[in-house]
Amino acid sequence: MTETSTPAFEVNDITFDYEGIPAIRGLSLRIEKGERVALLGANGSGKSTLLRILDGLCFPTTGSVSFAGNPLTPESLRRNGYALTFRRQAALVFQNPDVQLFNPTVFDEIAYGPLQLRWSKEDILRRVGETLALMGISHLKERPSYRLSGGEKKRVALASVLVLNPEVLLLDEPTVTLDPRSQSQLVDLIQQWKGTGKTVVTATHQLDIVEDIADRILVMEAGTVIAAGTPSEILADHALLLRANLVHAHRHAHGNIVHSHPHRHPHSHDV
Amino acid sequence: MSMSEESFIESTLRGFARAFSKALISEQAASQPGLLQSFDPRVRLVGVMGLAISTVLCRKLAVIAALMVLAILLAIASRLSVWSLARRVWFAVLGFTGLIALPAVFITPGSRIVLAPVLHLSISASGVRTAALLVLRVETTATLTTVLVLCTPWAHILRALRSLRMPAEIVTMLAMTHRYVFLLIETANQMFESRLSRTVGKLTGPEKRRMTARTAGVLLSKSVELSHEVYLAMLSRGFDGEVRVLNDFRLKAHDYLGLTGFACAAGLAIWMGR
Repeated sequence: MTETSTPAFEVNDITFDYEGIPAIRGLSLRIEKGERVALLGANGSGKSTLLRILDGLCFPTTGSVSFAGNPLTPESLRRNGYALTFRRQAALVFQNPDVQLFNPTVFDEIAYGPLQLRWSKEDILRRVGETLALMGISHLKERPSYRLSGGEKKRVALASVLVLNPEVLLLDEPTVTLDPRSQSQLVDLIQQWKGTGKTVVTATHQLDIVEDIADRILVMEAGTVIAAGTPSEILADHALLLRANLVHAHRHAHGNIVHSHPHRHPHSHDV
Repeated sequence: MSMSEESFIESTLRGFARAFSKALISEQAASQPGLLQSFDPRVRLVGVMGLAISTVLCRKLAVIAALMVLAILLAIASRLSVWSLARRVWFAVLGFTGLIALPAVFITPGSRIVLAPVLHLSISASGVRTAALLVLRVETTATLTTVLVLCTPWAHILRALRSLRMPAEIVTMLAMTHRYVFLLIETANQMFESRLSRTVGKLTGPEKRRMTARTAGVLLSKSVELSHEVYLAMLSRGFDGEVRVLNDFRLKAHDYLGLTGFACAAGLAIWMGR
């Protein structure tokens, strides 16, 4: 990776607000192709909004965003050819799986993306079968979404995006509502993508997974990036994590002395 | 409202649970082996709809009654419970359509067969026939469509509609309505459960009404927000305004036989019921 290569995303000084309430403020960043980046921040720090902007679902009020060197604007996405290319290459997994599961059955849900991207029927049937098996949800194939548990919904939402095998994956809190085993399976999956050329941007506030899923962390607070670095650099900076509301001051007593210090829950092998 | 406040919330919760269990029962019925379930969904849809249309076109009570018997036989052969059909369809239809058809018994001109006691209104033979025709017609079509819905997963009905050239936009609207009705029921259920867990003492009538109105308001705003989010999720996966549906149905010899059977029954009913 060199500075001169075309990045996957280049974001220059963008702002975005929801009906006057600022969500993103003066944010600039560059994400290289094949890079695994974690957007780390507390609730309301602008992570989800940034992912939507990167997925071309909403557009900044000021500033610019480009994908693989091409501007990502409402005008460019109105061009059918470009929209199709962009949607084939980038995909977003939403935080709330219910918004993503709008088809009658799990099978239809996973086949939806390939159908919209005009794959052949044979390819759709083959890829949907493979993805169902990969995510361990083949038994849910004919089930309607309202009969799935929270964790199953999340898996199906992930499968509905993974089936497209996109070059760029945008994951919004992918491990939320997953049980520990499913969480670890997902982390393993993201780890497998390392070195495959896939760009993975994950929004999360779970410190215990970022070392496994990212090579670089961008810490967000109040709609902007306040720090960037490798996972070990960021996780070692307790003052930064405290400021970004990612750790809490743990108050406890030793005999008569009460004191507090930043507190987080590390991996069991870190202890 | 004469119910206690606990029974008000709890009965609402029971209503939500009933909606889910009905959907579950329908799915179970659709997945069990049976006559109708053995046909391709398109054959089921065209066949049963053909019978329903012939019921509407029939003018003879005996022929409609024969179609009703056929609908019941179809239900039995498809392993549906006749008692469940009676509860789901027959009693409700009889109550509703019976009320609409009742005036016809008295106001339709014709030879008087009996004088109603107390009201001193004459009941005519043609009035009874008209009312019976209306009630039986609605009972038969409602039974046929319920049998179809109970024997066919919703997803297959939608796919069958699409493969029969129903506009993709309408099919998508039906699919999403069905999907999000359940999500909103789930949300309302959680709201009522949370209310139940924090309710101590009695709620007055106005308080109950306010609670219901608030729930409706919150659900409305949630559904508006949800619809925007769902649209974004569709865009993200390549939606460009055109809906594409995968059709993987294949007709077998058995399906052609079934289709011929349905066509013969519907044709015969129309011819005999002229």
